Amino acid sequence: MNNMQGSSLLKYKNYRYLKVSAGMMVLSIVVYLFNEPVGGHPFGGTWLGYTLGVVSTLILLGLMWYGVAKRSITGTPDWSMIAEHEGMAGSHQRPAHGKSSVNKGLRGSGMLQEWLSGHIYLGISLLVLATLHTGFHLGWNVHTLAYVLMMLVIFSGFYGLNAYLNYPRLITLNMGEDTLDDLLLKIAELDELATARALDLSDEVNVLVMESCQETRVGGNLLQQLSGTQRDCPTRFAVQHLMTLGGHYIRDDQRKMLRDLYSLLLRKEKLVLRARTEIMLKARLECWLYLHAPLGIALFSALAAHIISIFFYW
Amino acid sequence: MMTDQFKIVIVGSGPGGMSAAARAAELGLSHLLLEAAPHLASTIHHFQKGKTVMAEPAVLPLRSAISFGPGSREAILDTWRDELAEYSVNLRLNAAVAAIAGHAGDFQITLLTGECIRAEFVVLAIGIQGNIRKLAVPGEDLPGVQYQLDDPDEFNNETIVVVGGGDAGVENALALSRQNRVILVNRQDEFSNCKEANYEQLMTAVSRGKIEIRVNTLTERVEAYSGGTFKLSYMAQTPEGHEQIDCHRVIARLGAKPPRQLVESFGVHFPNSDSGAVPQLSEQYESNVPGLYIVGALAGYPLIKQAMNQGYEVIEYIQGNPVEPADELLLRMKFACVPDIHSVTEGIALLRANQPLLAPLTTLQLREFMLESTVQVPKRGELIFNRNDYSNSFFSILEGRIAIQTEAPDGEAAVFSLGKGEFFGEMGLLSGRRRSGSATASEDCILVETSRRSMLKLLYSASGVQRKLDEVSLKRVVRSCLDTMLPESELEYLVHDAQSRRYAVGDELFHEGDQADGLYMIRRGSVTVSRQVAGKEIVLAYISAGNYVGEMALVSNMPRSATVRAASPTEVIMLEALRVTEVLSRNTSMRRKVDSRFLEHVRSDEYSLSSESSGLINFLMEEGVGEATDVLLIDYARCIRCNNCETACADVHDGTSRLDREAGATYAQIHVPTSCRHCEHPHCMKDCPPDAIHRSVNGEVFISDNCIGCGNCQDNCPYGVIQMAVKQDYQKRTIWQIILGTQPAKATQVTSGELLKKAVKCDMCKDILGGPVCVRACPTGAALRVSPEAFLGYVK
Repeated sequence: MNNMQGSSLLKYKNYRYLKVSAGMMVLSIVVYLFNEPVGGHPFGGTWLGYTLGVVSTLILLGLMWYGVAKRSITGTPDWSMIAEHEGMAGSHQRPAHGKSSVNKGLRGSGMLQEWLSGHIYLGISLLVLATLHTGFHLGWNVHTLAYVLMMLVIFSGFYGLNAYLNYPRLITLNMGEDTLDDLLLKIAELDELATARALDLSDEVNVLVMESCQETRVGGNLLQQLSGTQRDCPTRFAVQHLMTLGGHYIRDDQRKMLRDLYSLLLRKEKLVLRARTEIMLKARLECWLYLHAPLGIALFSALAAHIISIFFYW
Repeated sequence: MMTDQFKIVIVGSGPGGMSAAARAAELGLSHLLLEAAPHLASTIHHFQKGKTVMAEPAVLPLRSAISFGPGSREAILDTWRDELAEYSVNLRLNAAVAAIAGHAGDFQITLLTGECIRAEFVVLAIGIQGNIRKLAVPGEDLPGVQYQLDDPDEFNNETIVVVGGGDAGVENALALSRQNRVILVNRQDEFSNCKEANYEQLMTAVSRGKIEIRVNTLTERVEAYSGGTFKLSYMAQTPEGHEQIDCHRVIARLGAKPPRQLVESFGVHFPNSDSGAVPQLSEQYESNVPGLYIVGALAGYPLIKQAMNQGYEVIEYIQGNPVEPADELLLRMKFACVPDIHSVTEGIALLRANQPLLAPLTTLQLREFMLESTVQVPKRGELIFNRNDYSNSFFSILEGRIAIQTEAPDGEAAVFSLGKGEFFGEMGLLSGRRRSGSATASEDCILVETSRRSMLKLLYSASGVQRKLDEVSLKRVVRSCLDTMLPESELEYLVHDAQSRRYAVGDELFHEGDQADGLYMIRRGSVTVSRQVAGKEIVLAYISAGNYVGEMALVSNMPRSATVRAASPTEVIMLEALRVTEVLSRNTSMRRKVDSRFLEHVRSDEYSLSSESSGLINFLMEEGVGEATDVLLIDYARCIRCNNCETACADVHDGTSRLDREAGATYAQIHVPTSCRHCEHPHCMKDCPPDAIHRSVNGEVFISDNCIGCGNCQDNCPYGVIQMAVKQDYQKRTIWQIILGTQPAKATQVTSGELLKKAVKCDMCKDILGGPVCVRACPTGAALRVSPEAFLGYVK
């Protein structure tokens, strides 16, 4: 479609934040190289070190503000909108709905998208800025703790970016229009049908079906969720062993019933697999946030300690 | 058989009938109030338990012997019952009218029981709900036989026979089957009258043995069952023979009989066959049958207060008292801004004299028309509306001149001047799209602006108005679609035997390979263009109102190269092929435009054929995007399922999200969530008693505060985007609360008696700076708001 592709996170506003971030990284590397003092690396205590430290801190605060912006759509000002609005005050109340945006076929600039795009690129720039700020002086102290935490936050962010770019598509491919509740409902229905059908068959079959109904797990603890499988899944076991049961002695009508039951279980196995994949993909899409955000807070605290402690060097 | 004789017989004990009866009783007239149901005010009686009944419009004063104000359904019904008793109103319940014959002074009213009542005057106040169809077999009124199901959870462990294969019957059967044994009886062979989703659920329930069904089965009788646990015996004739089902309860959902046929059998004329038509009445609510008066919803006044006022007035009129209608003051205020008009009568006379379009209307209709219109007196140079505004009201020019500036799709501008007796704004009204031109007063003017709703009501009920409007608007449509500079004489020639045609969704305007019969101007709705490629239908484009199709075959002189189908209910004007080619050969400017359009289409068709957009267009059309003006789409390849769109929506709309991200269809990573599409002709506006649903200048369809919570819009929306929600005392989190992760203190809950459910839907955040928050709150840019014409139209 001519207009379907809005801009992606990375390409947002023609790589605006990539440019900003790359510029900062290159500039700081160049300045660092030209400023190498005799007999050692520059570090936090030089004017360059202070500058890098202050800039990095400001960037970090901005990055952390993303968490607030996300939760407060109207509370956080959208600067570009306000500028536009004031420029046009009086003529049109709502620039977003004027002719020009209609003609583009897309409406409402993604305010949070801008925040996130900036968050990603500026976050990456800290990789360079903070490293230069250390002057490669690392040790067992609160300063290095802050640095290590920052690196952990950034690398968890890399995982998150990769997840955001790849998993959404896989989720749709797996689920189509169904929701997880739909699948679970269908599974419950199949269980009911299978249980009813098994009543006319042998006890061994009944045990298989009952175990499939009662022991099949979707989800579970974090590791189970992330793996997307169940060890010794009873439904899979039932599918594998059902047709070998009964052997030669079953009647023809029972054979037909067995075949029906088999197809029910096959359908169930497929649904269970899809439900597990859904949970797995969602877990993989979200799990990193449980590291990224708390580590970010820890980083914030360590950074505060770092800043306070440097005053004692003076 | 003895017959009773009264001065006035009032049929129907709704607000209108009750108010009339109370006034008659107050005046000491001999009267009788007939009610078909076993209780008063059937429509209101069947409102949901505890529902708050509103008293709109607030500005209209109430004039009635009985009182009315907003309150719970129970309180209002109790008050009315007490007050009727106070006035000793002569009321007969369970008295359905079968026929009315005779003339003023001597009407014979025959009841279903065969009893005959004589009256000098008849007031018909039966509303529009119609009478609920009963089983029409012996035992239809036995206790345990019911025609309504308020709460399915009320019954459990019962055997229940549900009669009726429509949606109501199937839904009741499904709901009851959770805790009862249910037998569903359908007189037809199939359940073809119910919705797909209901049918599927029913079939699942049947296959699991939750519901038993009997098809091709006719009810014979219901008997009280003596002894045993069952109370009733239900007898039916099945294809296999007679069957007796012992049960606790029979619930029959056989629909209601619309009252029109009955009313026509009394001799009352309706102006046309449209379902929205109301009978023509005199200023005194008298129908074409002298002595037979009609008030309330049946007369086109759906609100309780209006009906009560009319009930009062109609008795006064019958008595020969020329009372001033209750709306007199309101109308006087409307005309107050016109210097030379001193009374409503003068104002109405001016309207009638200076607007030929309205000439066929009766004074009553004109008053009603004015009640929902405003008078404007713009000074010279004042702007009335802007091109691309989304307003859809209709303007009549009573004095002065108006200049209309239009711009053709190719950017060519043109100016037209309109004067006294003419009208404008009808294109926006009919197409449901943006204004195609700007209107400015070129002299001091007197204008009447009429809302979309009352204009449509007028078009339905007065066919003369429709015809007159069509004559003029036809030429305007052709001009705006084709060439704004076309000389008048050529225009006359073109539209000489132009036909207006209507198409339902999916109908073909023309088929690939047909001979070209003409050029199609799309006046309303939208179409898709498709072509057969390797045995498959490939959709090439979507074209909306204000454009034309069919020029390719005309220009190239070949058979139709594509099939064109209506994507939403569509109205076109077809210009005859021969006339078009002739006019084209004489007018080089028009020829050039049509030619360039032709080339554009060829180019774009080639593009579409080589891309994979066809399936997507098809999918979006199936999802009803064709009739949308602005739809929320989610690119699922980018959506991280964080539901921040929903959270943000709820946050700015009192805690209730107006979109459901997860629900809705998906195709090739494009997801259409359940969210308002702001349709061109919003289904929700169709039947809103207080006229609370509007379209703002920017196009947002929104519900205003005078919503009475009736739920009609929720039922009418085919996309399920309207919900009924209790207005909460919602507090937003402050920045500090967000940073610290705390919640605001819970507001005190309103007591249950005051819970007021109102309809809520997406208003595209029209009052919020920056536009729709769902889009702005999407961190990955997956949520998009698009207008289909820009999105699916020909690729430029």
